[in-house]
Amino acid sequence: MALRKFRGPGLWIVLGPKWQAARARLREQHAGAGPRMVLLALLAVGFWSGVFGIVYRVLRYFRGVADIGDLLSAKLLGLALLAFSSILLLSNVITALSSFFLAKDLDLLAASPVHSIRFYLAKLVETTLHSSWMVALLAVPLFAAYGIVYGGGPLWPLVVVAAFIPFLVLPAVVGSALTLLLVNVVPARRAKELLSLIVIGAIGTLALLLRLAQPERLIRPEGFRSLADFVAMLQAPTNPLLPSEWAMRMLMNWLLRVADPWPVVALWGTAAVALVVGGILFRWLYRHAFSKAQEGAPPAGGGRRLAAVLGTLLRGLPAERREFILKDTRLFFRDATQWSQLILLGVLLVVYLFNIQALPLFSGDRVPTPVVTLVAFLNLGLAGFVLAAIAARFLFPSVSLEGRQMWLLRSSPLDLRSMLWSKYWIGTVPLLILALAITLITNAILRASPFITVVSAGTMVLFTLAASALALSFGAFYPRFDTENAAQIPTSFGGLVYMMTSVILLALVIMLEAPAVATRIQAEQAGTTVVWGVGLLGPLVAAVVLCIAATLLPLRLALARMERLEF
Amino acid sequence: MITLTSLTKRYGSFTAVNGVDLTIRKGELFGFLGPNGAGKTTTFRMIAGIILPTSGRIEIGGIDLGRQPLVAKRRLGYIPDRPFVYDKITGAEFLRFVAALYGAHDPSLERRIDELLDLFELVPWKNQLTESYSHGMRQKLIIASAFVHRPEVIVVDEPMVGLDPKGARLLKDLFRQYVNRGGTVLMSTHTLEVAEGMCDRIAIMQGGRILARGTMAELREQTASGASSLEDLFLRLTGGFRDHQLDSILGG
Repeated sequence: MALRKFRGPGLWIVLGPKWQAARARLREQHAGAGPRMVLLALLAVGFWSGVFGIVYRVLRYFRGVADIGDLLSAKLLGLALLAFSSILLLSNVITALSSFFLAKDLDLLAASPVHSIRFYLAKLVETTLHSSWMVALLAVPLFAAYGIVYGGGPLWPLVVVAAFIPFLVLPAVVGSALTLLLVNVVPARRAKELLSLIVIGAIGTLALLLRLAQPERLIRPEGFRSLADFVAMLQAPTNPLLPSEWAMRMLMNWLLRVADPWPVVALWGTAAVALVVGGILFRWLYRHAFSKAQEGAPPAGGGRRLAAVLGTLLRGLPAERREFILKDTRLFFRDATQWSQLILLGVLLVVYLFNIQALPLFSGDRVPTPVVTLVAFLNLGLAGFVLAAIAARFLFPSVSLEGRQMWLLRSSPLDLRSMLWSKYWIGTVPLLILALAITLITNAILRASPFITVVSAGTMVLFTLAASALALSFGAFYPRFDTENAAQIPTSFGGLVYMMTSVILLALVIMLEAPAVATRIQAEQAGTTVVWGVGLLGPLVAAVVLCIAATLLPLRLALARMERLEF
Repeated sequence: MITLTSLTKRYGSFTAVNGVDLTIRKGELFGFLGPNGAGKTTTFRMIAGIILPTSGRIEIGGIDLGRQPLVAKRRLGYIPDRPFVYDKITGAEFLRFVAALYGAHDPSLERRIDELLDLFELVPWKNQLTESYSHGMRQKLIIASAFVHRPEVIVVDEPMVGLDPKGARLLKDLFRQYVNRGGTVLMSTHTLEVAEGMCDRIAIMQGGRILARGTMAELREQTASGASSLEDLFLRLTGGFRDHQLDSILGG
C-alpha cells in the first residue's frame, strides 16, 4: 500500500451510506405504497395549491398597482426569504449538532482515514439536506407563483435553483461553524445541553432579523410623510448585507429583466468564502471539539420539584399511570433538547403578541369595528397555527422518544391505551392553558366583542384537543426511534404531514364558523338580531363534530398502529 | 507495533487514563483486562483516533497518530464494543463502504468481501438490509469490516459479546492465525478464560493505570502469588466483592 500518498476516501465514498440508505427507504416506501401514498400526495397537492393560490392572487393584485406593484412583490419575496433564512439558521444549528457531534456513524468515520475537509463537506451536505428540505418544499409554490405572474420563462426554475443553492449553503455553513465554536468553548461534554445555548442564540438572531425587516411599515403607508417616502422605503433594501436580500434581487432582476450581476456575485461569492472559512475552522477545531463532546455525562437534576408537585396532584391515579406521567415529566426537564424548546416557545409567543399589538387598528384613522372583529376572528388562524406548531414540537416526538425503552413498556403490565392517553394529557393540558391564554390576551388587545371572545376560546379549546391528538397519532404513525436528537423528530416527513393536516383542519373549522360570525357582524352593524337557523347553526355544529372526530379517530388509529408495531 | 507514551486522558477533574506507557510488539496478541470503568475503552478510543489524548503520544507502526492521523489510521482496524452499522444498507454495501474508506480499491475486493461474509456465515444475508440482522450478526459484520482492508493492527474492544459459541471459536482462531502471519491484536475482554487461553501478554488496568503486565508467568511473579488462574490473579489485583454483600442482596 502506498501509505504516504494516501489522501483518504473521496466525498462520494463518505456520503455513500447516506444515499444508499435514502434509496433503500424510497424502495421500502414504494413497496408499502397504496392508499397512504395517495393521501400524502393529496395533502401535499392541497397544501401547495393553497400556498400557490394565495401568493398568485397577491402577486396579481400587486402587478396591477401602478408604480409600486413590482416593489411590493420584491418586498414580499424579500420577507419570505428572510423568514426562510431564520428558519434555516435555527434548523441548521440544531441539525449540525446532531450530524457533527451526536450521530452514530461518527466513531466509524473518526476512526477511519477520512481527510478532514471531506469529512466536513460530507457532514455539511448531510446537515444542509436534513435542515433545508422542508423550506425547499415550501418554496416551490412561492417561486412557481412568481414565475407565472411575472413570466419567468422556461429558464426560471434554473434561476431559482441557482439562487437557492448558495442561499441554503450559507445558513448551513454559519450554523455548523456556530455549533463548532460553541462545542469548543464550553468546557465539558454536554453536547446536548449546548443546544439550549444555541437555540437562545438563534432566537436572538431571529428576533433581530424580524425587527430589521420592520414588516409593519409595509402595511402602514399613512405613517410616511408622503408617497415618495413610502416608495423610497420600498426601494431601499431591507438589509443590504443579508443573503436573503441578494437572493431576492437576483430573482427579481431576472423577472424584471434587469441586468445586474452584483446580487449573483454577492450570493455565490459569500457562499464560497463562507465554505472556505468553515472548512478552515473545521480543520482547526473539530478534532478537539469532537473529542471534548465525548466526555463525561451531564449531572442528573432538573424536574425533581415539579415531579414532586405532580406526584401529589396525581395521587388518585393508578401507580403505573402516575409513574409513567412522572417519568415523562422528569425526562422532559432533564433533556436539554426538549426543555430548551420552552425558551423558543416563550420568545415566539412574545413576538406573536407584540405583532398583534403592533397592528394598526387603534392608531391613525379609526378602523371600523367589523374590520377589528374580522381581524380578531382571523387571529384564530394564526393562534391555531402557533398551537399546532407547538404540538408538533412537544407531542409529535413523544412516541418516538419511547423507542429504545419500548421493550420495557411492552413487557410491563401497563397497557398501551393508558400509555397513549397519559401521553396525550401530559401534552394537552399545558397546551390548553396556553391556547386559552393566547386567545384571551389577544382578544383583549384587539378589544374583541364578548361573542368573538367566546367563539375564539371555544374554537381554540376544541382545535387544541384535536391538534394534540393529531400530533401524537402522526408521531405514532411516523416514529423515529433511531434519532439522536429530539428536536429533529418534528422536522421529519411525518412532522410535515402532521402540520399540513392540522392546517387543513384549522382552515376547515374557520370556514365552517365564518358564516355565523359574518352574519353576527352584519347584524351588529345593522342593529338587528341574528336568527339562528339551521343554515348558521349547522356549520357550527359541523365544526364541533369535526374537531371531536379529529381528536378521537386519530388516537384510536394510533393505538391500533402501536399495537402492531414491533420493537 | 503500538507504542503508548505517557498516555493520559482527563475529563475535567476526573482522570480516565493516567500516564500509560505500553509497547505492543508486531505479531503479538495482547490482552487488556480491568474492571468496569478502568479506562480500557477510553484507551482504545484514543488509539483508534476517535478521541484525543489530554497528553502523551500514540504511535502505530512507528507513525505518530497525532501528526499523521490518516496514515496511522489506515494501518488499523478497529472493532468497537457497541457495534454501529448503518441500518438501511446491506451487509455487502457496508463492507464495500468500509473498504473504500480505507482506500482498499483493489480488483480482488469483491472476492475478499465474499470470503469474509462466507467466513462469518453471512452470505445468505449479504444483500439484506443490516436492520434485519441480529446483534451477533452485526457484531460479525463489524469484525469482517475491520479485516476488509488488510490492516496491520486490530484493536478490538470486547469482541465476544453477542457471539454464539461457534462465532466465538471462529474469532479466536482468526485472531490466532492473524498474529501467526505477522498481524498484531490489541484486545480487551472480561472473559478471563479467553484472555488466558489466547493472549501472549496481558495488562491489567484499574483507575486509569496499568497495575501489572506480562505473560501469565510474569504476572504471577509480579503479584508474588501462587494463584493458579488468571481469575484469582485478577481479583487479587483489583479487589473482589465480600460475602456479606451477597447475603444482603439475596436476603440470606
